[in-house]
Amino acid sequence: MSISRAPPGSSEPDISSISPLKKAKAGTPALASLDLTPIVPASSRRTRVPRWLRRTAGPLLLLALWQLLSTTGVLASDVLASPGRIAQVAGDLIGDGSLASAMGTSLQRVAFGLLLGTVVGTGLALVSGLFRIGEDLVDAPVQMLRTVPFVGLIPLFIIWFGIGEAPKVAIITLGVTFPLYLNVYAGIRGVDAQLVEAGESLGLSRWGLVRHVVLPGALPGALTGLRYSLGIAWLALVFAEQVNADSGIGFLMVQARDFLRTDVIVVCLIVYAFLGLLADFIVRSLERLLLQWRPTFTGR
Amino acid sequence: MATDVHRPVTPQTAVRVEGLTRSFDGRAVIDDLRLGVRPGEFVALLGRSGCGKSTLLRILAGLDRDIQGTVLVPRRKAVAFQAPRLMPWKKVWRNVLLGLPGKPARAVAEQALDEVGLSHRPDAWPKTLSGGEAQRVSLARALVREPDLLLLDEPFGALDALTRIKAQRLVGELWQRRGCAVLLVTHDVEEAVLLADRVLVMDEGVIAYEQEIDLDRPRDIADPRFAQLRAGLLERLGVDTAAETA
Repeated sequence: MSISRAPPGSSEPDISSISPLKKAKAGTPALASLDLTPIVPASSRRTRVPRWLRRTAGPLLLLALWQLLSTTGVLASDVLASPGRIAQVAGDLIGDGSLASAMGTSLQRVAFGLLLGTVVGTGLALVSGLFRIGEDLVDAPVQMLRTVPFVGLIPLFIIWFGIGEAPKVAIITLGVTFPLYLNVYAGIRGVDAQLVEAGESLGLSRWGLVRHVVLPGALPGALTGLRYSLGIAWLALVFAEQVNADSGIGFLMVQARDFLRTDVIVVCLIVYAFLGLLADFIVRSLERLLLQWRPTFTGR
Repeated sequence: MATDVHRPVTPQTAVRVEGLTRSFDGRAVIDDLRLGVRPGEFVALLGRSGCGKSTLLRILAGLDRDIQGTVLVPRRKAVAFQAPRLMPWKKVWRNVLLGLPGKPARAVAEQALDEVGLSHRPDAWPKTLSGGEAQRVSLARALVREPDLLLLDEPFGALDALTRIKAQRLVGELWQRRGCAVLLVTHDVEEAVLLADRVLVMDEGVIAYEQEIDLDRPRDIADPRFAQLRAGLLERLGVDTAAETA
């Protein structure tokens, strides 16, 4: 990658062979005083510490600081437990199986809510995306409903569905439906009109156009919607489980709050974060699998 | 200009257009147009940009139906656009077979790809193709339909000069092998004279000028008669060629 060398076998005179030529007839001082500086390849200037190590150093330092503040007593345990204590409690909760069963319950709620919300959101988006009459009938009410903060509906849902699983699943469903609807609808309407026309010129029927052109074209939007939906699903879960729950991670947290157990609360927060990361990983994998045709996709 | 005047009572035509009018917001882009294309004839349609030549092609393709007048085209027709317009989510061979009735075998696609010199890339994603390759897939997709009329909308417009020469040659060969009627919309006069049996110049919504090209094939750009035809057409298009013909 050095400029001063010509490729091997090249018959063309390279730059270095020009400079002595110039020097030879350099009577003028301006040419003679040309001062050459080497262009150093970027790689040799880099520090030796690998990137991943530098990126993990920050969080580790923070953790060490936290532990230090806790052991010196600056950070009282009823304000925030120490990392060591949190790890110990996490071990205990995993050991007696209470964390696993809480996670199971919570995951089930999210899965149901997500499934229902996906069906409803995608279904409505297909109706209003594919049919003009569907758009006229569906889009306006959905756009109105989506401006209502869904968490505000919890009291109403408790009156309607009682305090069992139903209101919790319903709140997650509601939270999931709108981002999916918006993104799938936008995805369908954003499909390149030129491709639709090409499909038409190839003799595709209306259903063929939907199947081979419109739906695959809407897939990137749908997956973006799914990602938003997953984020909101966890949020809705936290809200739903803080109200009238007798199981699940939220219930663990409410219990811990009553006993001032900041260690258990932090463990639950970590679990929420972990589940969120897991969900994100699943969607990313889906995108990698389903969108490998995309020219813009650089996730490999 | 009607070509079927010299024909028998039941004129053999691949395209018949009479009294065609297409307006955009009250302005007639195509105004009472007449056009006939014989089966197997290669017709090039020239014109300044905005003269309505692409609109005419879209009408013949059945993509624009807000029209008045008579338009008769073969049932089996195919279009290749300026942009390849491949479905990015389908591999090359699936793109070629898209829209064919029934469940055609992959071999059908492979044969068509072979014909355009792309037999080695049936499993490629469209995003990995070069501009010329994508355009050839688009051509294979048109040919696999075994059209009686092939509509080409500036298919070489977006290609670089070298690739364009190769693509033009390929279209010429395919046309001679298939024997389908071709309507090539282009703004490249040289391309029109190189490939077509007949060159039409469109202006103000009608076919304003028509030129038979009776040069032997394969045609030579250096042929003085070629240069003469080219100059004549350029003049019709409002380009002064006095310096070039000298």
